[in-house]
Amino acid sequence: MNMRDLLVRGMLAGIIASVLATAFAFTVGEPAIERAIAIEEQNAAAGMPAGHDHGVMAATATATAAEAEEASPVSRELQRTVGLVAGTLALGVAFGGVFAIVFAFARGRLGITSDRGTALTVAVLTFVAFYLVPFLKYPANPPAVGHGETIEARTAAYVGMLLASVLLMIAAVILQRWLAEVRSRWDASILAGIVFGALVVAVSLLMPGFSEVPEGFPADVLWHFRLASLGTQLTMWLGIGLAFGVLMDRAARPVAQAAQR
Amino acid sequence: MAFSPALPASETTGPAVTPLPVRDIAPWALLAASIALVLVYFVGFEEGALNLLSSNVVHEFVHDARHLAGLPCH
Repeated sequence: MNMRDLLVRGMLAGIIASVLATAFAFTVGEPAIERAIAIEEQNAAAGMPAGHDHGVMAATATATAAEAEEASPVSRELQRTVGLVAGTLALGVAFGGVFAIVFAFARGRLGITSDRGTALTVAVLTFVAFYLVPFLKYPANPPAVGHGETIEARTAAYVGMLLASVLLMIAAVILQRWLAEVRSRWDASILAGIVFGALVVAVSLLMPGFSEVPEGFPADVLWHFRLASLGTQLTMWLGIGLAFGVLMDRAARPVAQAAQR
Repeated sequence: MAFSPALPASETTGPAVTPLPVRDIAPWALLAASIALVLVYFVGFEEGALNLLSSNVVHEFVHDARHLAGLPCH
């Protein structure tokens, strides 16, 4: 088992998972995005500042719609199909590569003997560290939610939360390994999990909050969109972990069969 | 179910796995991190808080994937 093979399998698993994630995003996420964009355009027509057309204050709805059409060099039709596939694929390859590295560190170090078990554990932990924790503090927002002026502050806060989450997860896993030497693996995991949760809550209370949902934005669209985001990323990370496990098993099988003969 | 003896032995006990040495992982970690940074940058951060390209085509093209990835956008 060398690193090159692990990285190739991770990226391959990322490609497989991004197909599943795209399918979920297209069927569940796109309707919410379409509704949010329709609201964004209505707001723009009413002269409310929002979204990509920062500061567009057109006199009439038709003028605004025409300007919005010109402002974006990529049509909605392209964004919601090829763009969604390409963007999710790029993220899948990136996450798959990161996953392979985390797996390489985890293999044989977590007290889990099967590659599939290690892969699934790593998938759950990376999903929590890279997506779930930052999402709980700074949930995904559909188009029309978020002020253009605060993009830099929000990006910095999001990246800060992401880094804190990843560092705390690494610390929690080290704590779990340390506790597992004196307690059972289950007890060690529960204690490390409690410490991780408490520290995550503490950090997120210290981080700045942003409340930028426009007045009157439909709560169901926001809920639907955020759930779709959660589902897309859960599909992505779990998909990577499970596909990676299958690829590892397929690679191991010929060796095991040869050994049995 | 999970502890059923019908499962192959490798699923439950199996031989201990030898961990890969950290110095073998490190250069590959650097490679994977670099690839991930470039890809995630262009999907998530280009034309948002940062701006390396003169056009916003990439930003708009991957618009929906970025929103669903939970990354801050406009």
